[in-house]
Amino acid sequence: MYKSNPTSETPSDYAVLAQGLTRRFGRFTAVDRIDLSVRPGEIFGFLGPNGAGKTTAIRMFCGLLLPSEGEGWVNGLSIRKESEIIKRRIGYMSQKFSLYNDLTVGENLEFYGGIYGMKKSAIRERSEALLKHVGLVKHRRKLTGSLPLGYKQRLALGCAALHDPTILFLDEPTGGVDPSARRGFWELIYELAERGTTVFVTTHYMDEAEYCGRISIMTDGRIVALGSPSDLKGTFNVKSMQDVFLRAVES
Amino acid sequence: MRRVIGIARKEILHILRDPRSLAVAILMPAMMVLLFGFAINLELRDLPVGILDMDGSSASRELIRSMTSSGFIVNGGYLSSRSEIEPGFRHNRFQAALVIPRGYARSLIRNPSTEVQILIDGADGATAATVDNYMNAVIAMTNRSSLPRSLAPSLPLLEARIRYFFNPQLVSAHFIVPGLVALIMVMICAILTSITVAREKETGTMEQILTAPVGAHQIILGKFIPYILIGAFDASLILAIGHLVLDVPMHGSWMVLAGYSMLYLLIALALGLLISTVSRTQQVAMMLALITTLLPTLLLSGFIFDHSSMPVVLQHLSKIVPATYYLRVIRGIMLVGRNWFPLEGGVMLGMTVVLLITAVRRFKSRLE
Repeated sequence: MYKSNPTSETPSDYAVLAQGLTRRFGRFTAVDRIDLSVRPGEIFGFLGPNGAGKTTAIRMFCGLLLPSEGEGWVNGLSIRKESEIIKRRIGYMSQKFSLYNDLTVGENLEFYGGIYGMKKSAIRERSEALLKHVGLVKHRRKLTGSLPLGYKQRLALGCAALHDPTILFLDEPTGGVDPSARRGFWELIYELAERGTTVFVTTHYMDEAEYCGRISIMTDGRIVALGSPSDLKGTFNVKSMQDVFLRAVES
Repeated sequence: MRRVIGIARKEILHILRDPRSLAVAILMPAMMVLLFGFAINLELRDLPVGILDMDGSSASRELIRSMTSSGFIVNGGYLSSRSEIEPGFRHNRFQAALVIPRGYARSLIRNPSTEVQILIDGADGATAATVDNYMNAVIAMTNRSSLPRSLAPSLPLLEARIRYFFNPQLVSAHFIVPGLVALIMVMICAILTSITVAREKETGTMEQILTAPVGAHQIILGKFIPYILIGAFDASLILAIGHLVLDVPMHGSWMVLAGYSMLYLLIALALGLLISTVSRTQQVAMMLALITTLLPTLLLSGFIFDHSSMPVVLQHLSKIVPATYYLRVIRGIMLVGRNWFPLEGGVMLGMTVVLLITAVRRFKSRLE
C-alpha cells in the first residue's frame, strides 16, 4: 500500500505537492490526510468513485477551499497563503459545465481571457490557435448553448488553457460524452502535455486511467493506491485497470 | 481594469441576449410611469351628478350652476322623479344626485333653514367622501352669498382657506413620479444584481471565475457598471416622461438630483449584492430582494402611504428604508426647489458606505 514519503526535495520541484492535506465539512471529512506529488509535465490521473473527495482536493489546489489541516503546494506556492499567485498560473475546468450558454464561443474565450487580465491582441491570437486546436473554428460565432456537449467540453478546455497555464486541473472533463468524443478529448490533453503543461485530471472512466502517466485511486477521502497503471496492475496482480480499481477500493 | 471591463462586457451581453430582462429594464419603467401618471389618478374630475330640480326657479338653477362650474362635478343629466335615482346609481350613470325640493326659492327667502338633499353612491368610499366634502363646500358658499346683505356682517363667518404650497393643484403625478424613480431604481439595481450573482452560483460559473486571478472588488465593479447604466437610463426616462408629458415641475437643480440619485443607486446595488451573498439560488435571491427592498420602498418610504398616518412601529421601521430619505430629497428638489439636504444626504452616504463595505467583505472569493 502507498505510504507517505516526504522527500528532502523542496515543494518547488513539484507541480503539485500535498502533505497530510485534509478538509472537513462539519463532522464529515471529505479529504483525509492525503499525500501526493506530481512532477512538472506529468499527466496525473485522480481516480475514485463519486464522493471520494476528488473535487474537494482539486478545489483546495485551485484556491477555492482552504485546507482544514496539512499543506499543499502548487508550483512551489502554498495553497494556504499564496493562492492568488497560484490562480495566475493554473487553469481549471470544473466538473459542472460552466461556460455561458448565452454567449458565443468567441465571447466565452474573450471573457475568460479578460478575467485573466490578458490583452485584447493576446486573447485574439491565443483564441485563434486554440479554436483551431480544439476544432471549433467554424463554430466561433455560434451560441455556446447550441453546441453538443462534446464541443462544449472542448471549448471549456480551451477557456481553461487560454492564458497558457503551467498546470491544468480538469475535474471530470469527459463526464457524459460518448467514447469517441472522449478519445478526441484525450488527444487534446496529450498535445497540451507535450508542450510542457502539467495535467491533473480526475475521472471515473477506467479506460482513461490508461492514458495517464501516473494515477492515484481515492476512496472515502483517502488515497489507497498510487503509481503508474502498469505498476498498479503488477502490485494487485490483475490484468485490467478495472480490476485494480475494484481491488483498491475494496481493501 | 481589463478584468473589470471583461466582466461588465459579459454582463451587458447577458442582458442584451435575454429579451425578458431587457424588457424589465427598459419597458417596465416606461409602462409604470404612464400607468401611474394617467390611469391611477388620485384626483377626481368630471364626476357626473344626477340632478332632480323640483323647484325650477332661478335660485335652483343658480345652485346647479355653482355646483357644476368648477369642472369637478358635471351635470350627469336632469331627472324627472326620485324613482330615477337608484337605477342611475345601479347603471353607473352618476355617482351622486342632488335633489332640490319644490319651494326651494321661496324657502330660501323666508326660512332660516332650507334643505336640499344629496344622495351619494357609497360603493367607492374614497370618491364618496370627496364628493360629500365638495358638495357641502358649494352649499356653504351658496349660503353666504344668498344671505341678505344687511344680515351678513353680523354673522361670524369663520372659514379656513387652505392653500397647498408646492403642488397647488394637488396633482398626484407630481407626487408619484419622484416615488417611481425610487421604486424603479431599487427594482433594477437591487433585484437584477442579486439575481445575476445568484445565477452564476447556480450554474457554477462563479466557481470558474473564482479560480481566475480576479479580486472580489473587480467582480463587483464589473457587475455594477451595467446596472448603474441601466438604472441611470431608467431614472432619466421616468423623469423625462414625468417632466415633459405629465408636467411634473422641476424647481431645483438637475445636477443636484443626479448626485443624490447616484448615491441612492449605489445603496440599491450594494443591497442587491448583499442579498446575493446570502442566497444560493435565483429564487431565494428574488424573494429576499422583494421582501427587503421592493416592499419597503413601496409601502414604507412615503411613496403611497404618508408616514404621519402610519402606526408608530412602522414609522420607526421606515427610518431604515433608504427610499424614505431619497424620496424626501427628490420631492424636495423637484417640487420645492431645495438643493441642500444635510440630514438625508448624510444618512444616505452612511448607508452607502456601510452596505458597500459589508457587501464586499461578505462576497467571498472562496467557496463555502
